Amino acid sequence: MNEYPVYYKRFLQFALGLLATALMLGLLSATAFIFPETFNEFLPFYQLRPFHTSAALFWIITASAACIILYKNEVFSDVSKHNTSEKLFMVLWIGSILAVFCCYAFKKFGGREYWEFPPVLSIVLLISWLVFMYSYFSAWRKSINRKPLYVWMWSTGIFFFLITFMEQNLWLIPWFRSSFLKEITIQWKANGSMVGAWNQMIYGTALFLMVKISDDATIAQNKKAFFFYFLGLTNLMFNWGHHLYNVPNGSWIRNTSYVISMTELLIFINIIAGFKNKLNEQKRLKHIIPYRFLVAAEYWAFANLLLALLMSIPVVNRYTHGTHITVAHAMISTIGINTMILLASIGYILDVDAKNLKVKKFINKAYWHTQFGLGAFGLSLVIAGIIKAYRTAVFESITFQEVMQPVMVVIKIFLFAGVWLAISLLSIVVCYFRLLNSRETKSGMENISTVIIIEEYDFK
Amino acid sequence: MHAEDRNNVAHPDRHTKAGWQLWQDKNCQSCHQLYGLGGYMGPDLTNVYSEKGPKYMETFIKYGTGKMPNFHLNDSETQGLVSFLAWIDKSGKTKIPASAVHWWGISK
Repeated sequence: MNEYPVYYKRFLQFALGLLATALMLGLLSATAFIFPETFNEFLPFYQLRPFHTSAALFWIITASAACIILYKNEVFSDVSKHNTSEKLFMVLWIGSILAVFCCYAFKKFGGREYWEFPPVLSIVLLISWLVFMYSYFSAWRKSINRKPLYVWMWSTGIFFFLITFMEQNLWLIPWFRSSFLKEITIQWKANGSMVGAWNQMIYGTALFLMVKISDDATIAQNKKAFFFYFLGLTNLMFNWGHHLYNVPNGSWIRNTSYVISMTELLIFINIIAGFKNKLNEQKRLKHIIPYRFLVAAEYWAFANLLLALLMSIPVVNRYTHGTHITVAHAMISTIGINTMILLASIGYILDVDAKNLKVKKFINKAYWHTQFGLGAFGLSLVIAGIIKAYRTAVFESITFQEVMQPVMVVIKIFLFAGVWLAISLLSIVVCYFRLLNSRETKSGMENISTVIIIEEYDFK
Repeated sequence: MHAEDRNNVAHPDRHTKAGWQLWQDKNCQSCHQLYGLGGYMGPDLTNVYSEKGPKYMETFIKYGTGKMPNFHLNDSETQGLVSFLAWIDKSGKTKIPASAVHWWGISK
């Protein structure tokens, strides 16, 4: 890490700061949800929620970009480590995110779901992403090392993020606003595909880490890996329709998406089939902290995939749409999968396995609290969703407030679980933040196998 | 896709557009959904116009509730929001009837 300019570290710290912001504002938002009368006067829910959702989205995208910037310099053998365009991207990106938060602080809205800020700021975000693309694809073009799958995935994710970001702003063109069905279809489509785009970046990073940790380059070159890449790409482009089962547009859109969604069963079956080999691999590599975060992500991916497959069945979706089951799916994705992989990656960059025993014990303890906290968190949301779905279906004539009364009891449990989860994750964030400030001379980009001292620690 | 043709819903007029802009400016989607997209503090408002009527909506918008803040909107702004939600209500129903859902997908 010390061979890179200070601003790389600051960019990573900024990303971690966004995660911390998302966690703290998530707690505040949940509290405002339960006690709206108290919060409405000074910090209403409609102001807190966009802070939380934007901080979470920007954490994921910023951290993904930060990791790709560092890794691509190694993969593409890019000698220009002090790349001007990278610095320009970071400055523009950070500046526009801070401007977004300023708008929220002064209740200046005007955008759409997840992008509630005034749309003029989208121009700056777009320009900064184009600068990032220039930086990445310039190095990619000059490189002869383009074959590994993680390069394909990074490139796909970076490109499709541009596409989906522009789709999310199509509403600015009057023709797209002339019909609300047109508008809402594109909003749902763009939001769904954007998740697919950042997943490509993050899963590419996970694959890169596995290659480095296991010292096996064939993981990123075999046919099976490429098959699942193309399956993921197909879902990115065509899976979004399962968000639209309740929108009265053409049935072909919904039914095509139903079929595409069900192809994820192949991923589900593949995880089950590879479970025994995975257990052997875990025994071999469990002492490596970044690897443990990757394993956590895989378990959460399995659980979330089960939930997503059920939700994508129209008969089930009819009841789950608009309930906290959707929120559970979103949270488990962003925290259990995306955040775990990104923390694995930052841990690898920081070379946490070479730190002293106290640091490693601390991270391990926070890691386990995070998993159990997230389990309670996700489960409470699913239960809240089931109660809401049941009461909405069975008691058709009661008011929304009457539907929500028993749900609010579960939401209070959700808040406690959220506190547990937030404290655990914030512990890791603070630890990583401080490690980025430390002056140790060991480079975080060395292959794990070349580190001189790795203290064996039994992580039971 | 020509959904506006299918339901014969006209393009939004000036009043509806003003209501839509207000919906964005006040970030109503943080708490309410339209066709399932939005926050979960309040109910889905896609068909509130036909289900509850304009007078019911005006009362909520003008005075708020314990949960919903009072945004101190004037009559013109209130009518703009009602007009916007009335326009959305005409686009279709967000609840899918059980008869339209099958194991193989969704029929019309």
